[in-house]
Amino acid sequence: MSTPDNTTQAPDNTSQTPDGKAKKSWFSRLPIVSHLRQSVGLQRGMLITGLILCGIVLICAIFAPLIAPYGFNQLGTSEGNFGSKLPPGGTHIWGTTVGGYDVFSRVVWGAQTAVSVIIVAVIMSIFAGVILGLISGYLGGWLDRILVVIADAVYAFPTLLLALVMSIAISGGQSSAWGGIAAAAFSITVVFIPQYFRVVRAETLRLKAEPFVESAIVLGASKTRIISKHIFRNATRTLPLIFTLNSSEAILTLAGLGFLGFGIEPTSASEWGYDLNKALPDVTSGVWWTSVFPGLAIVLTVLGITLVGESMNDLNDPRLRVRRKAKTKGAKAAKAVTSSSDNETAEAK
Amino acid sequence: MSAAISEPEAEAAETSVAVKKPAGGGLGRYVLVRFLLIIPTIFILTTLVFFLMRITGDPITASMGGRLTEAQLAERIQAAGYDRPLLVQYFEYMGNLLKGDFGTAISDGQPVSSILLNYGAATVELVFYALIVALILGIPLGMLAAYHRDKAPDAALRILAILGYATPVFFAGMILKLIFGVFLPILPIAGRGTTQTEYIMSGVVSPTQIYLIDAIRIGNFEVLGDVLAHAVLPAVALGVLTAGVFLRLVRTNLIGTLGQQYIDSGRSRGISEYRLVTKHAYRPALIPIITVMGMQIALMLAGAVLTETTFGWQGLGFKLAEYLTARDFVAVQGIVVFLAVIVALTNFLVDVIAAFIDPRVRY
Repeated sequence: MSTPDNTTQAPDNTSQTPDGKAKKSWFSRLPIVSHLRQSVGLQRGMLITGLILCGIVLICAIFAPLIAPYGFNQLGTSEGNFGSKLPPGGTHIWGTTVGGYDVFSRVVWGAQTAVSVIIVAVIMSIFAGVILGLISGYLGGWLDRILVVIADAVYAFPTLLLALVMSIAISGGQSSAWGGIAAAAFSITVVFIPQYFRVVRAETLRLKAEPFVESAIVLGASKTRIISKHIFRNATRTLPLIFTLNSSEAILTLAGLGFLGFGIEPTSASEWGYDLNKALPDVTSGVWWTSVFPGLAIVLTVLGITLVGESMNDLNDPRLRVRRKAKTKGAKAAKAVTSSSDNETAEAK
Repeated sequence: MSAAISEPEAEAAETSVAVKKPAGGGLGRYVLVRFLLIIPTIFILTTLVFFLMRITGDPITASMGGRLTEAQLAERIQAAGYDRPLLVQYFEYMGNLLKGDFGTAISDGQPVSSILLNYGAATVELVFYALIVALILGIPLGMLAAYHRDKAPDAALRILAILGYATPVFFAGMILKLIFGVFLPILPIAGRGTTQTEYIMSGVVSPTQIYLIDAIRIGNFEVLGDVLAHAVLPAVALGVLTAGVFLRLVRTNLIGTLGQQYIDSGRSRGISEYRLVTKHAYRPALIPIITVMGMQIALMLAGAVLTETTFGWQGLGFKLAEYLTARDFVAVQGIVVFLAVIVALTNFLVDVIAAFIDPRVRY
C-alpha cells in the first residue's frame, strides 16, 4: 500500500530550501494551514466554507459590542421600549422577540456565549481526558480498569441527559450571571472527558510497546518523563480532529440545555437555545423570525466547525484524500490503488 | 452524535469493546458475559446520578424552597427522610430501585414508576417511527452515494448529511411546524392525536399506550390515520438526524465491500452494477449498521426529550422537561435513571443481535 507523504508531495511548495529539500516554515506546518495547502476540489471548497463560517462566528463573538446595535438584555432605548414581536425591518432588521429583545443583537451576542462555552469546555475536557488517558494507559493495573469501566459507563449515557444532571449538580438548575456559562461549560466538559480518555488511552497502549519507549526506559528515564515527553506528543496527534467534532457537539449540547430551560437567563447572557425555547409558542402563530435566526445561527456554526473537521479528517487519511496528481493523469490507476488499499484494510479487520 | 461523524472515535469504541470480550467460548457464553457487564454500567450510572443530584442539597428544598417557611421545610425534609446521612439514603434508594420503586414525585405526588409506565410507551412509539424514517431515508441514499462515489450526487448527499447533523432536532421541528403547520397547513403540529382520538384512546380496555397498536386493536381506521398523521412531523424531525448517520455508514461500508474480489468476479460474469450494489454488496455492509444502531437509539432517546417538547408529544421527554421546570428532582432523577437503564439494555440487545448475525463478533 503506497501512502505518499504529503509533506514532500505538495507541488506548490513555496518555502523550499535552495537544495530542493522539502522543509516548510512553521506557519505552513500548522494544522489548518497545511490542510488548506494540500486540499483540492470539493475538499478544498468544504474546508474554505467551513473556515469562513467559523471566522464569521469568531468575529461576531469578539466584536459583539461593536456589531450588535443593542445589548443582549436591552428592552428599549431612551425613546421607549422596542415592543414585542415586531416583524423584521426598520430599526430591527430581524425583528423583536416576545420578550421585546432585538433578535439580531441577541443572535450576535449569542456567538460570544457559544464561543466562550466551547473554549472553556473543550480545553478542560482535553486537559482532564488527556492526562487521565496517558496515566491510565501507561500505568495500567487496577486504576486503568476502574477508569475504563467508568468511562465506558459515562460514554454510553446520552450526552444531553448527563449534561442536564451535571448542570443540576453545579448550579442546582438555577443560573446566576456566573453560573450559566460556567455550569454549561462544566456539564459539557464531563460529557467529553471519556471521549478524549478513550482515544488517548488506546494510543498510549499502542505506543507503550514501541521501541523508542523501551529505549527510554533502558536509559533510565522516569515514568513522568516518558509519559510527558515521549508518549504525550505521539498520542495526541489525532486530537485536533476530535477537537473540532467535539466543539460542534458542545454547541448542540449547549443549545439543547438552553432549549430545556437550563440555559442562561436573558439578563446575564444571550444563548441561542434559550431563545429558541422562548420562540416555541410563536411558531404556531406564524411568527417565524424569533426562531429562524437563532436556529440558523446554531446550524451555520455547527456546519462550519463540522466542515473544517470533516475535511481535516479526509486530508489526514491518505485513502480519502483527493490528490492533485490523480486528477490530471491516470485517474483510473489512482483509483485502483485506493480501492486495493480499501481491500487490504477491510481484510485486516 | 459525534461518534457517528468521526471515524477515529468509532474505532476507539471498537477497540474498547474488543478489550471487554472474553477469548474463546460460544454464543451463549458471549451473551452471558455481555449481560453481566451491564450490571456495573447500570450501577455506576445510578450511583453517579444519585450523588450528582444531591450535591446541591435535598430535593424538597430545591422544589419548595422559598414557598414554605423554614419550619415547614424542615418538617417535610424529615418526613421524607432527607435529613439522614447521605449514604443511608443512597443504600435505601438503590434497594428501592431493585424493587422497581423510583420514588415519588414531589410536585404532583405521583409514584415515578407509574409516570414511567404511563409515558414510556409514547417515547418508544416516537423512537420507533423515527427509526423507520431513518432507515427508509438512510439506507437507499447511502447506496446511492456509494454507487456514485466521488461524483455530484455523492457530494450533494454528503453535504445533506452534514446539514442534518448540524441542525438541532428542535430547530428542525420548529421549521417543520412552520412549513407544514402554519404556511401550508396540511399536518397536525402538536400532540399524539386530536382531542377526539385522545378521548377514544382513554376508553381502550387494557391499553398498550402505543397508539398505533391500540388503534389497530380497536379497528378504528379514522383514529389510526389521525395517529399516523400526528406522528409524521416528530418522526421526520427526529429521524432525519439519524438518517444522515446511516447514510454515511452505508456509503463507507458499501464502498469497502464493493472493492472486494467477489464483486469483481460478479462483475466479470456480467452482473449489472445496479444489481451488484443492491444484491451482492449491501448485505455485508449492513452489519455495522446494526452495531451502531444501539448507540443511535441511545441518542434518539435523548433527542426524543427535545422532540417531544417541541411537538407537545406526551412522552417521557415531555414529562422530563415539565419536571425540570417544576424543579422536581426526584422525578427527574427517576426518569434519567430509567432512560440510562433502557440505553444499557438496548446496547446489550444490539450486541447480541450483531453476534447472532456475524460470528466474528463473538470470537
